[in-house]
Amino acid sequence: MKSFRIGGIHPKENKFSAGAAIQQADIPATVAIPLAHYIGNPSEAIVKRGDTVKVGQQIGAGSGFISANVHASVSGKVRKIDVQLDATGYRRPAVFIEVEGDEWLETIDRTPDIVRGCSLGKEEIIQKIQDAGIVGLGGATFPAHVKLMPPPGKKAEYLIINGVECEPYLTCDHRLMMEHGEEILIGTTILMKALGVDKAIVGIENNKPDAIEHLTRLATTFLGITIQPLKVQYPQGGEKQLIDAVLRRQVPSGKIPIEIGAVVFNVATTFAVYEAVQKNKPMIDRVMTITGKDAPNASNYRVRLGTYLSHVVEQAGGIPEGTGKIVGGGPMMGRSLMNLDVPMAKGSAGVLFMRDEESIRKPSQNCIRCAKCVSVCPMGLEPYLLMAYCERNMWDELESNRTMDCIECGSCNYTCPSHRPLLDYIRFGKSTVGNIIRNRNNK
Amino acid sequence: MSLVWISLITLGVIGSVSAIILYVVAKKFHVEEDHRIDLVEEVLPAANCGGCGYPGCRNFADACVKADNLCDLHCPVGGNETMAKVAEILGLVAVEKAPMVAVVRCNGTCEHRPRNNEYDGVKHCFIAHNLYSGETNCSWGCLGFGDCELACDFDAIHVNPITKIPEVIDDKCTACGACVRACPKDLIELRKMGPKGRRVYVDCRNQDRGHIVSKACEVGCIGCAKCQKVCKHDAITIENNLAFIHDDKCKLCRDCVIVCPTNSIIDVNFPRPKQPKVAVEEEVSQ
Repeated sequence: MKSFRIGGIHPKENKFSAGAAIQQADIPATVAIPLAHYIGNPSEAIVKRGDTVKVGQQIGAGSGFISANVHASVSGKVRKIDVQLDATGYRRPAVFIEVEGDEWLETIDRTPDIVRGCSLGKEEIIQKIQDAGIVGLGGATFPAHVKLMPPPGKKAEYLIINGVECEPYLTCDHRLMMEHGEEILIGTTILMKALGVDKAIVGIENNKPDAIEHLTRLATTFLGITIQPLKVQYPQGGEKQLIDAVLRRQVPSGKIPIEIGAVVFNVATTFAVYEAVQKNKPMIDRVMTITGKDAPNASNYRVRLGTYLSHVVEQAGGIPEGTGKIVGGGPMMGRSLMNLDVPMAKGSAGVLFMRDEESIRKPSQNCIRCAKCVSVCPMGLEPYLLMAYCERNMWDELESNRTMDCIECGSCNYTCPSHRPLLDYIRFGKSTVGNIIRNRNNK
Repeated sequence: MSLVWISLITLGVIGSVSAIILYVVAKKFHVEEDHRIDLVEEVLPAANCGGCGYPGCRNFADACVKADNLCDLHCPVGGNETMAKVAEILGLVAVEKAPMVAVVRCNGTCEHRPRNNEYDGVKHCFIAHNLYSGETNCSWGCLGFGDCELACDFDAIHVNPITKIPEVIDDKCTACGACVRACPKDLIELRKMGPKGRRVYVDCRNQDRGHIVSKACEVGCIGCAKCQKVCKHDAITIENNLAFIHDDKCKLCRDCVIVCPTNSIIDVNFPRPKQPKVAVEEEVSQ
């Protein structure tokens, strides 16, 4: 069975909520919809205090090419446009809306019928996706319309749909494939049309045999879509790893996947594209997983953007006893949350409760040169060396040892027998070297 | 026996030829260096700290020799004394500069600024700063892991183990600026030492609005501008909800210290105890 060729680990899966159907989360009394994104320029608010907004109405306009529109996820009155604490503890601009009823824009098709045919042209599809503010829901939240417009001279050959969900605990993509498989495949055909490709591959790890079977059965009625089961290995959900697994092609260092003719979208993004193009529904909600070993009802919820995580967690049964750490996202790539009173953003895939004893980091010891980190690094880097360079502030060496290729998957940290904080240092090195490169390019 | 002779002669020939080449090259490519550079370097403190803006003391000496005047050149470690010696060697006029000292502009001790989460990652400010805002609700304040302490070559800054805030030892600080560059939160500032080390400054860098600051920290600047109003010397400006005292205008009258409602303006090295402050505070509270 196919998988990526360099490195990789196999952490315990712990997918407790894989069987739990997606539930609609309650609409909260107030929401704070973030205007800043993880990547790209923050959006500018186009509503003001006291305005009445409907669900799906645009409230923020993307500024610049790499930016996305923001839409109201609830109906009600704009209370204020102010700063809001985000998951990293910094304050970023957000639009606060007080909820009144649940009134949607008339243009949005809310019927459950599946719309199959799409007669729109390439430009119209991309325009619709851009207007709907769709960003990659796999975690990096890169605006989707940018990926659909390859730079001149580059041509996409394959569309790859990422249904891997290699992150332990998280099951939101799995449930989406089970419950909205057909919509995802229609979304795939729309993206194929927008990119002008005739081949699409959906990569799914074989720990989700039901999803593979379900989509394979559905895919027989779609032209050009193949379902590719993959061997379970972390971080297969990484863009470059997935391309290597399904196409056996490697993205050159420092380049983007379009260089080798591939474009990757997450299944959740594909579903959002379907909703935007066929149902006129902008990105106002997403599915997230609330999970943990002691979580009272680990499940998947469809949550409106801007809902405070505390509200969702309360609905899912509250914080279990003996929780030592709450992580936003999965255990490998997620970040600890210092506060649950943060609004959920487009990139929030889950909330994970870690037990007290699991959450303690073991004391770091000396490097014993076992090279386990080197053998598991999916990008073929030498994490122990990069960490040593970071500790000594040797930025030139870091750059020449391709630290910028690191995808921050955390495999090195996971595998290190000395519990060395390899990724913490490499992340810092990446940000410093990134600044140096940017300054050099600006000169 | 002949083997010994052969090797001796061969080595001897190689040695002499190399010596001749070295001699010729050394003569041909000889660079005449100003002997004053050595003289200037000798009087410099040889700390190689980079505080003057040059990579090391020799580069600074080179710059001094090449310069027409010493207006823009100053060795913060040696101070005016050293610069006077440099000026004497070069026959230039020494420019007196007020001695500077590093001040840490955060007073968010454990007592003033409660911790609301626990950081268990690598205990380095730069790494913690890269990950998130810190252990308290104040996203501007000191992280307390002591990157400034590591950066200091003069043993002049130490994190107080009780308050978790770095403290500068005035006598040892040379104002080289290494800690300023090391602090990821940009908290450390070089200010004028002041007469007898007396100085007044705003001990906060938080640019959030007042209600956010007061929830996060007891001694944060809330940008109320009372100090600006009371200042007779126009030395205080408020920018982004944060007061700043310009040390070139400040006359150390300490009116602002008395009027500050959150005690975020600090006066150091003034004679204690200060009776008037308590009296005024009581007046305000009444």
